[in-house]
Amino acid sequence: MSNYLYILWIPLLPLATFVVLGLFGRKYFAKTAGIISTASLLTSTILSFVAAKQYFFVDGKVNGIYQKIIALKYTWLQFSPNVSIDMGVIVDPISVMMLIVVTSVSLMVHVFSLGYMKGEERFATYYAFLSLFTFSMLGLILSVNIFQVYMFWELVGVSSFLLIGYYFNKPSAVAASKKAFIVTRFADLGFLIGIMIMGFYGGSLDIGLLIQKFTSAQSPEFLSITSTSFLGASMLTWGLTLIFMGGAGKSAMFPLHIWLPDAMEGPTPVSALIHAATMVVAGVYLVARLFPIFSMDEAALTIVTYVGAFSALLAAIIACTQTDIKRVLAYSTMSQIGYMMFALGISKNGGENGLGFMASMFHLFTHAFFKSLLFLGAGSVIHMVHSNEMKDMGGLRKLMPITHIAFLIACLAIAGIPPFAGFFSKEEILTAAFHENKLIYGVALFTAALTSFYMFRLYFNIFWSKEAPAKAHSAVHNHAHKAGHNDDHKDAHDHGEGTWTMKLPLIILAACAVGVGFIPFSQFITSDGAALETHIDMIFSIAPVSLSIIAILLSASFYKNQNTKSDKAVALFGGFYRAAYKKFYVDELYLFITKKIVFPLIGQPIAWADRNIVDGFILLLASTTAKISAAIKGLQSGKVQNYALYFFGGVIALSVLFIYIWK
Amino acid sequence: MNEIPLTHILFVSTALFFIGMYGLFTRRNLITMLMSIELMLNSVNINFVAFNKYLFPDKLDGLFFSLFIITIAAAEAAVAIAIIINLYRSHQSIDVDDATEMKF
Repeated sequence: MSNYLYILWIPLLPLATFVVLGLFGRKYFAKTAGIISTASLLTSTILSFVAAKQYFFVDGKVNGIYQKIIALKYTWLQFSPNVSIDMGVIVDPISVMMLIVVTSVSLMVHVFSLGYMKGEERFATYYAFLSLFTFSMLGLILSVNIFQVYMFWELVGVSSFLLIGYYFNKPSAVAASKKAFIVTRFADLGFLIGIMIMGFYGGSLDIGLLIQKFTSAQSPEFLSITSTSFLGASMLTWGLTLIFMGGAGKSAMFPLHIWLPDAMEGPTPVSALIHAATMVVAGVYLVARLFPIFSMDEAALTIVTYVGAFSALLAAIIACTQTDIKRVLAYSTMSQIGYMMFALGISKNGGENGLGFMASMFHLFTHAFFKSLLFLGAGSVIHMVHSNEMKDMGGLRKLMPITHIAFLIACLAIAGIPPFAGFFSKEEILTAAFHENKLIYGVALFTAALTSFYMFRLYFNIFWSKEAPAKAHSAVHNHAHKAGHNDDHKDAHDHGEGTWTMKLPLIILAACAVGVGFIPFSQFITSDGAALETHIDMIFSIAPVSLSIIAILLSASFYKNQNTKSDKAVALFGGFYRAAYKKFYVDELYLFITKKIVFPLIGQPIAWADRNIVDGFILLLASTTAKISAAIKGLQSGKVQNYALYFFGGVIALSVLFIYIWK
Repeated sequence: MNEIPLTHILFVSTALFFIGMYGLFTRRNLITMLMSIELMLNSVNINFVAFNKYLFPDKLDGLFFSLFIITIAAAEAAVAIAIIINLYRSHQSIDVDDATEMKF
């Protein structure tokens, strides 16, 4: 087994960039921050590809099975002989795949931002945050210890918070960053409790060891965790469900999805990186990482399945009604992650039944490329028209041909039209669902059709719909309140489609969105490491593909030219449409629960106790001290002879003490 | 030989000590206060010498103690006078009642 230690450099390079740019960026690298950061990440990306080549094609396979290799393990905090927090690097198929995804998407976003963020005042800070995020995400991927996962988990949360709130002088961005942080934080509470349950019963925090202990049905740890039950469910179910709660928070699964649409307040490239391709799939990755344990517990997997499927459907319905293009993409992300989740949920560990696992990872891989492409395309469009609203767009296909083609490819990919990437992965998911659970299959099929509909609604509204404005700039100049951008400096330069740094990532990602579907994924990444034979069944594909095409045609008839058909459809759905437009009032429900129940019934009594009892005790101490000192401060008179008198008094007192009392 | 009894000497040293103490508390002039302290130190010296002579005539410990005290008293006087000079420079006075800023 050869040396994989160089993988350590992949996360460390972005960390170094973060430190340098974070400390000295504004002063010394205000102009060159982008180049420095991109160069460092390019090195990481190349290293990732080297690692992937070495692992998948040279020495990862032993007897036809991909091995889990612990490249590095450093015990950081030892609690007891078995329980310790380690820092390490794990090399296995899914971590190597994620390395490729994260570094390449991050590199594309870095390059894109060179043009998109040009002239921003906090340019260096932006790149510092991006590097911090990349470092944390890579650390999360490579974790060997579940507590290491948790630490990097929080770090990506912080970087996401910082980047959503990048335009900190905009109240909506500040509110969105706080919301994202608090909601994911609430979910992470569950994650932490889950970790503690697993650690308590498993007697270890090491992922490999936990998997080993909890997957053999005879081990004492497994028997003790399954025989203990709490509120009618075994502790294993509780532990896994709570860990999944953390994953659901990060991956924006219902009902913890409310932060993701608001997170679109951040700069668009950030949305492409964090809120589409990498951080939001961390939840999926977490479930996949612990999948052998999940597969031992039917109840937890059922929860994963139904939460995933419901989120996929709900988000797809909401996406059909939104008018902010980034919000449409956000809901689409949530819907696609729902796909990955339920694919994991219906999977079993190992062999032919592990199709769902492989399909989920495959979809994660392809989705990262086409979804970041969609976001970067949207970024280009927003850069052009200075607005997020669909009504400000239309007819842009002549003005921005490259973006148009790239966006079209991404839409076809997400709609699952062959031969684009999404087709292959979605097909695998549908096949797995069809074999395991017909209800889920129905939901998935319907969601797939909805996906095609709303993606092409987006596409037609942006690029067709109206006649091309003579000059996109002046046409929408008046309502140029695009996401946080400073209009003054944007209007100062008249640009076309954007610099080459903005076009190049689009072209590369479009090529990926076409090409990555042809990777024989099942040869590399399966639940047990052994290659899995899959084939695309033509007969089976007819239903989803034809549904998608019908949905696209419907969308074209609604939105390709301006007409009233879509208004009629809205009228047809009536109340349901309004509910979906209002995101099914989930936000309002949260507000109701927090403002009407949590604040008055829990928050205020605690606040009262804090103000009156806790603070009161401290205030009493303070006021007593103040009174005593006020009473005796006269002793310090500043007269040296008084002090001498005290001194002699003390000597006399001591003499009396020694001579008469202590003898 | 008709020796002076120890009690007489102790009486002298005690008297000296309390005269010094009286001076320390009643005088406002720092130089006089310093002189009072010297009186108290010397009363202690007398005690040491007297006890050494009357109780342990074959030893010299008490004498050495008084030698040390004399040395230290000299050093102390130097320091005290330095303080007094500085005080005079800042306050134009060596009256302790004029230097009471260091209070609550």
